[in-house]
Amino acid sequence: MKMVLRALTAFGLGLSLAGSAAAQEHEEGGTPHYPLKKPVEQNWTFDGPLGTFDRGQLQRGFKVYREVCSSCHSLDLIAFRNLQDLGYSEEQVRAIAAEYEVQDGPNEAGDMFTRPATPSDYFPAPFANPEQAAASNNGAAPPDLSLMAKARAVERGFPTFVFDVFTQYAEGGVDYVYSLLTGYGEEPPHGVEIPEGTYYNPYFISGPALAMAPPLSDGQVTYDDGAPQTVDQYARDVSAFLAWAAEPHMEARKQTGFTVMIFLVLFGGLVYLTKRKIWAELH
Amino acid sequence: MSATDSTEHHPTGHTRRDFLYVATGVAGAVGAAAAVWPFIDQMRPDASTRALASIQVDVSAVEPGMSLTVKWRGRPVFIRNRTEQEIAAANEVPLDQLKDPIARNENLPADEPATDLARSAGEGRENWLVMLGVCTHLGCVPLGQAGDFGGWFCPCHGSHYDTAGRIRRGPAPENMLIPTYAFVSDTVIEIG
Amino acid sequence: MSGGHSTYTPKSGLGRWMDARLPLPRLLYDSFVAYPVPRNLNYAYTFGGILTLMLALQIVTGVVLAMHYAPNTELAFVSVEKIMRDVNSGWLLRYLHANGASFFFVAVYVHIFRGLYYGSYKAPRELLWILGCIIYLLMMATAFMGYVLPWGQMSFWGATVITGFFTAIPLVGDWIQQLLLGGFAVDNPTLNRFFSLHYLLPFMIAGVVVLHIWALHVTGQTNPTGIEVKQKTDTVAFTPYATIKDGFAMILFLLVFAYFVFYIPGFLGHADNSIEANPLKTPAHIVPEWYFLPFYAILRAITFNIGPIDSKLGGVLAMFGSIAVLFVVPWLDTSKVRSAAYRPWYKLFFWLFVANAIFLGWLGSRPAEGVYVALAQASTFYYFAFFLILMPLLGLIETPRRLPNSITEAVLEKNKAGAPALAQPAGER
Repeated sequence: MKMVLRALTAFGLGLSLAGSAAAQEHEEGGTPHYPLKKPVEQNWTFDGPLGTFDRGQLQRGFKVYREVCSSCHSLDLIAFRNLQDLGYSEEQVRAIAAEYEVQDGPNEAGDMFTRPATPSDYFPAPFANPEQAAASNNGAAPPDLSLMAKARAVERGFPTFVFDVFTQYAEGGVDYVYSLLTGYGEEPPHGVEIPEGTYYNPYFISGPALAMAPPLSDGQVTYDDGAPQTVDQYARDVSAFLAWAAEPHMEARKQTGFTVMIFLVLFGGLVYLTKRKIWAELH
Repeated sequence: MSATDSTEHHPTGHTRRDFLYVATGVAGAVGAAAAVWPFIDQMRPDASTRALASIQVDVSAVEPGMSLTVKWRGRPVFIRNRTEQEIAAANEVPLDQLKDPIARNENLPADEPATDLARSAGEGRENWLVMLGVCTHLGCVPLGQAGDFGGWFCPCHGSHYDTAGRIRRGPAPENMLIPTYAFVSDTVIEIG
Repeated sequence: MSGGHSTYTPKSGLGRWMDARLPLPRLLYDSFVAYPVPRNLNYAYTFGGILTLMLALQIVTGVVLAMHYAPNTELAFVSVEKIMRDVNSGWLLRYLHANGASFFFVAVYVHIFRGLYYGSYKAPRELLWILGCIIYLLMMATAFMGYVLPWGQMSFWGATVITGFFTAIPLVGDWIQQLLLGGFAVDNPTLNRFFSLHYLLPFMIAGVVVLHIWALHVTGQTNPTGIEVKQKTDTVAFTPYATIKDGFAMILFLLVFAYFVFYIPGFLGHADNSIEANPLKTPAHIVPEWYFLPFYAILRAITFNIGPIDSKLGGVLAMFGSIAVLFVVPWLDTSKVRSAAYRPWYKLFFWLFVANAIFLGWLGSRPAEGVYVALAQASTFYYFAFFLILMPLLGLIETPRRLPNSITEAVLEKNKAGAPALAQPAGER
């Protein structure tokens, strides 16, 4: 045991050495590391071992996506039928789908045609292809949002990433989206160049500024459930919506996990007692 | 100190031990059974497949004597606007001559007799025949307006169906299945 | 398989009939019921069983995932997402498979370190050890190719970088890389062959595992004392003693595994793999999966030319060398004493080696710049020094502690120290 301790001490020494060296290097201002600010950790209804989505929030977030984000960002992996997860009835989903036109065909004459969407259709993309998306947006194609809440992760660093195992922190992507959406409007620090046509945002993961203009403004989307119509609330709701979109089965996962863990603990206890009994008879 | 001797004998200890072994065994069996479920579950039709379970078809362009074949749940559905002669021919057949006297129409009770009306889309729409274009023998797709009865003929093993899609001769055991469907308007059919 | 004579006696008529024709029940009985194992095995010895379980789990989940996966660059990413979203229980199966790979490596590392600690590689178990090294190599190849299949950004660029190792080989390097890729870059042919091989290799692993267990059952297990079995009281029957202990360890292991699968399934993965592969854009920070990080750090530690060998080739050689050196460990260790429990100096350097390996892993996740490079070089030096200098040297200069005469004696001594002794040994031999 003493040996283990000694080894761990040596290991810890090495780490702290490396850590201080890294800090030093940062002060010297070598390669800049993005984002300039780490995402702000938020409380979500769906974090933790028993987390569930707030249906009202998902519906509001969906409304923000529809009225704001969807003019540039696609949601390729989501079909209208998936919206039933948000608490909409089958009829409501059918009605929402019918508001969209999707391409179908070819018909008997060999032509493609458009028709109102049905629940089994997927959300139509705002642009026909990535090239068109880039051409319409100053050369930067807006990314698909289906997996956005899983596709961005700002490094947590040592030892935070170890604690994350025990706190079950898995909302890095959602926190990132929220922080980015609410992170506009600050003055760039001295010496940071903001290229033409981009907007300073210290939370952006791959540079000091991004090509997306601040998308949200107070009062932009009308909520009919009395939730505040502020940028903060919009950002929070649409982030939650994207968390759902990235992993629609999250609730089932956590609930199944609860059952599995309880079973394993009980079964493990039984096997342990059996093991003790069997080995006790050896003496 | 060998493995077999020197077990202290408790009269109650043995029942407790036996109970422990049984409880552990049962828990293990339950756990194993539960663990197998996802592997079976994944074989069932997935959510996107189930979502395609119903389709809507526009039949406004289908004149009498014309047929339309649409794909539904991966299989063909024959939609035929039957002529007066075809309906009359089907009505002439006495029910006791039918190989399968049941209508096999999922919109009607399971024991409905196979009259032409029961096979068609019902009163006022006797001309429409909507059925799964799959031979009830071994699943081939029969050819339309062929065979000895002017209906359908399955080339795989020689089953003949009449103009109401009823089996008349050959190895097929049942009339061709009529799936759940409804006219949502005069020209649009929803299948499934 | 167990070398000794069989004690199996068929109980039923059917058993006798079968035994006379295909003595499979006898083989299983001799290998997994009557097979004697040292009575003093601790929980570090349960990882062989855990690894068997993980291999089975990976094969079973993999086979069902392959029912839904499409190995084509146009479809792969979407088909994986379809598994996650539409296939019944698909999310569970995929998370089991993805995290299962990580936990397979957790178990194999404990298993390897246990072998190094207790001298399990020493004669007469050299072949047993080498078979294990082969399994480890096959596991690495399987895991690497499996990681390419979801066709995310990290899949694509990981495959690009790793196949790039081969371009370091003089003269034929480019030719070999193109042979592996089936093109000039990672593309559809690469994905197709990786899928095929990813499906094949686990069954080859299973084959080598059979040889590994066969070799194990010829020589018998080592044990924490490192003394060979001498008398009947040194051992217990595999069933029920080892099976129930292995079973309990498996459940504990599964408990941790389930925690990751159900609560933090993305913890061991990379966010960039949730972005579909894009051959025109490299992610800012490419890192391999955690279980390859120490080797990645060794690869990047060689930043200098060594004579005619440039730093690129040097890095690749060092990386492959760090695995190749494992194969010759049985002949590098000169000690007469097997177990580190009786070797104070080896024990110290062993734990340093473990800490160093973890540290190398952490360095592998850092950008290759500044002080990290120097630290990685120092760590790499210790990695090789442990095998090539310390192992041969320590065996010659170290004074081991007094060894007990037998396993039974060691167990009794331990019992005396912990709890009152129950009985005297029945006999010496």
